[in-house]
Amino acid sequence: MTNKHKLQVEAINNGTVIDHIPANLGIKILKLFNLASNKQRVTIGLNLPSSALGHKDLIKIENVFINEHQANQLALYAPHATVNKIEEYVVSGKLKISLPEKITAIFACPNSNCITHNEPVDSSFTVISKDSNLQLKCKYCEKSFSRKIMTECN
Amino acid sequence: MNNTLFRKHIISIPELSRDDLELIVETAGKLKAKPNPTLLKNKVIASCFFEPSTRTRLSFETAVQRLGGTVIGFDNAGNTSLTKKGETLSDSVQVIASYVSAFIMRHPKEGAARLASEFSNNVPIINGGDGANQHPTQTLLDLFSIFETQGTLDNLNIALIGDLKYGRTVHSLTQALAKFNNTNFFFISPEILAMPDYILQELDSAGINYSLHNDIESVVDDLDVLYMTRVQKERFDESEYAHMKATFILTADMLSNARDNLKVLHPLPRIDEITTDVDKTKHAYYFEQAENGVYAREALLALVLNEQF
Repeated sequence: MTNKHKLQVEAINNGTVIDHIPANLGIKILKLFNLASNKQRVTIGLNLPSSALGHKDLIKIENVFINEHQANQLALYAPHATVNKIEEYVVSGKLKISLPEKITAIFACPNSNCITHNEPVDSSFTVISKDSNLQLKCKYCEKSFSRKIMTECN
Repeated sequence: MNNTLFRKHIISIPELSRDDLELIVETAGKLKAKPNPTLLKNKVIASCFFEPSTRTRLSFETAVQRLGGTVIGFDNAGNTSLTKKGETLSDSVQVIASYVSAFIMRHPKEGAARLASEFSNNVPIINGGDGANQHPTQTLLDLFSIFETQGTLDNLNIALIGDLKYGRTVHSLTQALAKFNNTNFFFISPEILAMPDYILQELDSAGINYSLHNDIESVVDDLDVLYMTRVQKERFDESEYAHMKATFILTADMLSNARDNLKVLHPLPRIDEITTDVDKTKHAYYFEQAENGVYAREALLALVLNEQF
């Protein structure tokens, strides 16, 4: 393999590759979704050249397979990300990300007076429209937030 | 009518159907006409006010006692284990709910009542106000007062006046009346305190008529209900407040050509947005409205705790 065709981030044997993450969100996603919590090897590429995005981030997690439900939770941050399942160094499945009806236990409620900040409960948001005016409504304080506010606060 | 409210949590107005609202209004009317001191007999009800509220707490506790029940609870959180020992609300609710048949609560944080409903082991939670979010029993007593004075909740011209941006009362009342037929809303407020877009969008998508105004006099003669609210002084600088005060004050003179059936409502406390000369007119109904808080809360407790009566 020449340098020209060398992979930008080392290949994994088995696991999950999250590609086409908007640049600068890779670390945030890693942290928010606890992707590094299970002691498996995680490799991350930041600001990689991308024909579609200009620059992108990419995360590879060894021996962890994320399901459709988990993949969909990414949609608010990275609606155009692709999630590939890797087996024996080969892509064995692709998950298409779509916004879920509910997003649970990922984001803190942007309303600082929401009861969820003080109590042992998971946050829970209903996705109330799937067009460009997307809003997330907190199950507890019943306030709705735009994608922009939600991602800025988390 | 089938009692759809039996053992239900009462957290938020949008969750109640038109049938639910009518059932509460009808039951409040019956209990006002004919008291029934046995509906909560042998039942202990928790009345836990994690922040003070004079009218709401006293009218709830009066309602419980008029129906033959007894009350335990507190009127502020200052002397409770939550404040003194740092206990979570979830733990407090779990324990207190095990003592009682229903749990009335007010809390300064939004979402507190919803959270409580997840820890009460199916003991009904009745939201007496959660921060700036919901205060459903205020809306129920408003609806009861409107029905009592107009004989219907359909085909009404209703103006909501004052702080329409931050006032949870006006948001909930709008959402509730939007469930009835041919409601025509007049929203009267200074521009910076206008009804939030999300409420207007809900009305738009339901095809409900509304119009926006910046004075009372241009619409008052067309109204069946005029719902005043207090504008908080701290939201304005002094000169703005002086101007606003002059524009959004209701005086008896302004009602001289009003419809006979027009009633003026206000969730109280009022400061100076309704002058006292209005009190003596046939249109003033805010003190009766406050009294109706007891009947509306009686109706709610009776329905939540009795499948049939």
